[in-house]
Amino acid sequence: MRQGWTAFNIVSLVVGFSFLYLPILILVIFSFNESRLVTVWAGFSTKWYGQLSSNEGLIDAAWVTLRVGVLSASVATLLGTFAAIALTRYTRFRGRVLFTGMVYAPLVMPEVITGLSLLLLFVAIDFDRGFWTVTLAHITFSMCFVAIVVQTKLLSLDRSLEEAAMDLGATPARTFVSITLPIIWPAVAAGWLLAFTLSLDDLVVASFTTGPAATTLPMKIYSAVRLGVTPEINAVCTILIGVVTVAVLVATLLNKRHEVRKARERQDAFA
Amino acid sequence: MAIQKSGMFRRITIGVPYLWLGALFLIPFLIVLKLSVSQIATAIPPYTPTFGDPSTWWSGLQQLTIDNYTWIASDSLYINSYVTSLRIALISTVLTLMIGYPLAYAMSQASARWKPFLLMLVILPFWTSFLIRVYAWIGILKPEGLLNQFLMYLGLIDAPLIITNTETAIFIGIVYSYLPFMVLPIFANLDRMDRQLLEAAADLGSTPLKSFWTITFPLSFRGVLAGCFLVFIPAVGEFVIPDLLGGSSTLMIGKTLWMEFFNNRDWPVSSAVAIILLLILVVPIVIFQRIQDREATT
Repeated sequence: MRQGWTAFNIVSLVVGFSFLYLPILILVIFSFNESRLVTVWAGFSTKWYGQLSSNEGLIDAAWVTLRVGVLSASVATLLGTFAAIALTRYTRFRGRVLFTGMVYAPLVMPEVITGLSLLLLFVAIDFDRGFWTVTLAHITFSMCFVAIVVQTKLLSLDRSLEEAAMDLGATPARTFVSITLPIIWPAVAAGWLLAFTLSLDDLVVASFTTGPAATTLPMKIYSAVRLGVTPEINAVCTILIGVVTVAVLVATLLNKRHEVRKARERQDAFA
Repeated sequence: MAIQKSGMFRRITIGVPYLWLGALFLIPFLIVLKLSVSQIATAIPPYTPTFGDPSTWWSGLQQLTIDNYTWIASDSLYINSYVTSLRIALISTVLTLMIGYPLAYAMSQASARWKPFLLMLVILPFWTSFLIRVYAWIGILKPEGLLNQFLMYLGLIDAPLIITNTETAIFIGIVYSYLPFMVLPIFANLDRMDRQLLEAAADLGSTPLKSFWTITFPLSFRGVLAGCFLVFIPAVGEFVIPDLLGGSSTLMIGKTLWMEFFNNRDWPVSSAVAIILLLILVVPIVIFQRIQDREATT
C-alpha cells in the first residue's frame, strides 16, 4: 500500500500551500520595502507603517469598520443562535419552510444582490444611510452564517442532558442558559469571530448600503487599489492579516484547550 | 407558569430572527422584484415607491412593465455578461478542482498528528480578507510584477507576459480565493473513507491507480460536487475579482450590475439584472441544497 508521505502527496501539499500562502507572504514582505516601488526590493523599512498613523481618513475608516464589526457580530451572534435553536429544537411551526429558506438563502446570495436589495429598502423607508445601515446589513447576512455554525454544534449535542434538566422542572430558557450554552459556547464564539471577519472583509454590501458619512476600511482599500499598488496599502493589509490570523489562532487554541479539558474531566469521571 | 415561560422562549427564538429576516431579507428582495418591473420614469432615483395609499395600488399595477427584461434580452452587453460569467465560473471551478483534489487527497493521507495542522493551514486564508487576497495578486501578475521578473530572470521569456486585465488573471483570482471551499468538503469525504476497502482491493490485485478510480474517487464524489457548487455559485456573481484583475475588457454580470447601478444609475434595469442572475443560480442552488440535505442525514 502506498500511503502517507508519497512523492505525489508531498508535491500536492507543497504546490497547494505555496499557492495559498506565497501571494500573502509577498504582500507582507513588500510592506517593509524601503522603495515606493512594490515590486523592487530596496532594503528594510517600517516607514509606510509610520505614514499610516498620520493618515486620518484611513484611521477614521478603520474605526468605523471596527465599530460596525463588533456591533454587527454581537447582534448577529444573538440572532443567529436564536435561529439555530429554532431550526434544531422546534421542528414544527408555522412558516418553517420560509424560515429555513430565509436562513440559507443569504449564504448563497450574490453580494451585489444583497447590497442592492438592502439599499432599495433603506431608500424606500427613507432611512439615513451610513453607519447604522451598514451595521443592519452586516447583521442580516452574518447572522445566517452564525446560525449554520451553531446549528451544526446543536445537532451533534447529546440531548439527554437537556431532557433531564427539563424533566427536573427547568424552563427551556433556563435549560438553554445553564446546560446547552456552556456546551456549545465554542461554536457561538466561532460564530462571533466569523461574523466579525465577514463584516471586516465586506466591500460590496457596504458600498451599496453606506452613505457619505461612513466609509469602511475595505472601501478605502478598494478605492486606493484601483489607483495602483502602493506600499501603504500593503502595510494596511499586513496589519489586517496579522489581526485576523492572531484572532483565529487564539480562538483555535482556546477551543482545543477547552476540548482537552473536557476530555480529561470525562476521564476523571470514569476513573 | 413553566408552560407560559416555555412558550416565551419558543416565541423569542423563532420570532426574533423570523421578523429580522423578513424585514431585512424578504422585503428588500420583494422591492427588487417590484422595481424590476417598474417603469424607469417612476423609479429614477430618488424614486418614491408607492406602498402607502391603497387607492393607487391598482393604477400602480397597471404601470408595471416587462420593458426592463426585454431591454436586457435585446442588448448584447447583458447577454454577453451572463454567458461570460457562466463560462468563467465553470472553467474556474474545473481548475479549482484540479488543484484542490490532490491537496485534499494528500491531506487525508497525512498522519493524525499532521491533519489538524494541515486543516488549519487551509482554513486560515479563508478568514483573511477577500479583497486583500485579490490585491496581493495584482503586484505579482502585472507586467512589471514579480512573476514576470522571475520568468525573465530564468530566461523563460524575453518580454513580460500580459496577465492582468485578462481572463487568465480572473481564473487565477477565483481559483486562489475559492480553493478552501473546494478542499474542505473533499477532505471531509476522503477522511472518513474506510481504508480497508483499499487494502482489500490491493489484496485482490488492483493497482493503486485503479483502486483510486474505482473506489476512492466515487466515494469522495459527494464532496467533489459540494466543492464544485461552493465555488461555482459565488463565482458567477463575483464582483471584486473581475473588477480588480479582469480590467474593462472582461464583463462579468456582478460587475455589469455594479456599473449599471453606480455609473448609469438605472435602478429598474439593475433590479432586473439581479432577478435574472438569481433565476440562473436557482438550479445550481437547489441541487446543492439537496446534496447538503443528504449529507446531513447520513
